[in-house]
Amino acid sequence: MLAFCLMISHNAGAMNKVVETAEEAIRDVFDGAVIMIGGFGLCGIPENLIRALVRKGTRNLTTISNNVGVDGVGNGLLLEAGQILHHIGSYVGENKLLEDMVLKGTIKLELVPQGTFSERIRAGGAGIPAFFTPTGVGTIVAEGKETREFDGRTYLMEHCLKADFAFVKAWKGDRMGNLVYRKTARNFNPMMATAAKVTIAEVEHLVEAGQLDGDHIHTPSVYVKRVVRGELYERRIERRTVRKAEAASR
Amino acid sequence: MSAPAKDTDKRERIVKRVARELRDGFYVNLGIGMPTLIANYVPPGIEVILQSENGMLGIGPYPAEGQEDPDLINAGKETVSEMAGTSYFSSADSFAMILGGHIDLSVLGAMEVDESGSIANWMIPGKMVKGMGGAMDLVAAARRVIVAMEHTSRGGAPKVMKKCTLPLTGVGVVDTIVTELAYIRVTEEGLVLEEVAPGLTAEDVQRATHARLLVSAGLKSMES
Repeated sequence: MLAFCLMISHNAGAMNKVVETAEEAIRDVFDGAVIMIGGFGLCGIPENLIRALVRKGTRNLTTISNNVGVDGVGNGLLLEAGQILHHIGSYVGENKLLEDMVLKGTIKLELVPQGTFSERIRAGGAGIPAFFTPTGVGTIVAEGKETREFDGRTYLMEHCLKADFAFVKAWKGDRMGNLVYRKTARNFNPMMATAAKVTIAEVEHLVEAGQLDGDHIHTPSVYVKRVVRGELYERRIERRTVRKAEAASR
Repeated sequence: MSAPAKDTDKRERIVKRVARELRDGFYVNLGIGMPTLIANYVPPGIEVILQSENGMLGIGPYPAEGQEDPDLINAGKETVSEMAGTSYFSSADSFAMILGGHIDLSVLGAMEVDESGSIANWMIPGKMVKGMGGAMDLVAAARRVIVAMEHTSRGGAPKVMKKCTLPLTGVGVVDTIVTELAYIRVTEEGLVLEEVAPGLTAEDVQRATHARLLVSAGLKSMES
């Protein structure tokens, strides 16, 4: 009962995680940091935090993100600025510059099957050091990895992923750091929020504690250290596909 | 040979044939590119739910112009719409759904498939670096895996191989191969030719195939 009372006697203390600007939100990101960056393609990327990191000019980063944006957008900006030393992700086909850099050997790229990638991050946030998966058995992904048989099938051991920082993007967030994502912009953001020492969330809509329905919160506040309202949302569409009037029957 | 010559005709034949494999109540993941088109040919009277590995069950048609939503895309990063009953979830939940064996069918393209059911579709050494995306997970765990692809490469080289030469996506995972020339089942004994495109013989298909094909006793014409 006492704990409960303390919890609700909040004010502008530690449970107010709101910072005013993206710059302030990423103030302690250091050279050589490992950073998880949410998003699938350009959908649900923390675009304001990425732009702030480009302005800050932090270098020798290891980025953990499904994609590297596209040339000139999202993580593509960090790539162009030469800030990424090592990238871990599952698909980089939209980024010509990265392809050139990899073939020239100026960046280290680690490609991970997408399900293994998401589970490694989930495990990182859940205190699970490693797990077994059937994905990639017998392929180059399995090279050098421990395998084990369960019920007659071979599985690969994969290790968890953790980071110094996670940059995530939510649709709505409150000052305590509770987050709600929107549609497919959720993607890797919830797991990344759990797997870093410092999770920084940028939100489109910043609301008061209590305004988000507790039953509908996707990322509980415990995972989030800082919340910032994004200043500018380009919300760029990578592939605009529309239905023609006559072919509306798909 | 009266096999369709134009790319669009080939693709239409392939996607229509694969669509006939859909069953009422299936949860299906369609790969990027040609497999996506299968959604246009769902047989009447059945309901299938399309899964997108970026975190969605219930992909609908492309949106009407002006209705595009940057927060609503498929795994090919194309803007889509949602069906009634759509749900969204994280990538971890999405792959738990796939790896847990809850997806009835995965249809994907390939650069090569071989007689042991191994598939290569993500990498050409020294030529491109794109990544495997979710393909390795899908082939490892979907209940049934269908490869939908053109029978030969643009240069006419066979893609149905005795043994894949490119880096693999999965070993012994493919159940069925559907091309514009044939419907082939992967079995313990090898590749069984079940159907050939109208106007073709089993020999015609064999000539375009690197692996040896076992001709089914019930060989049929491939209806689209």
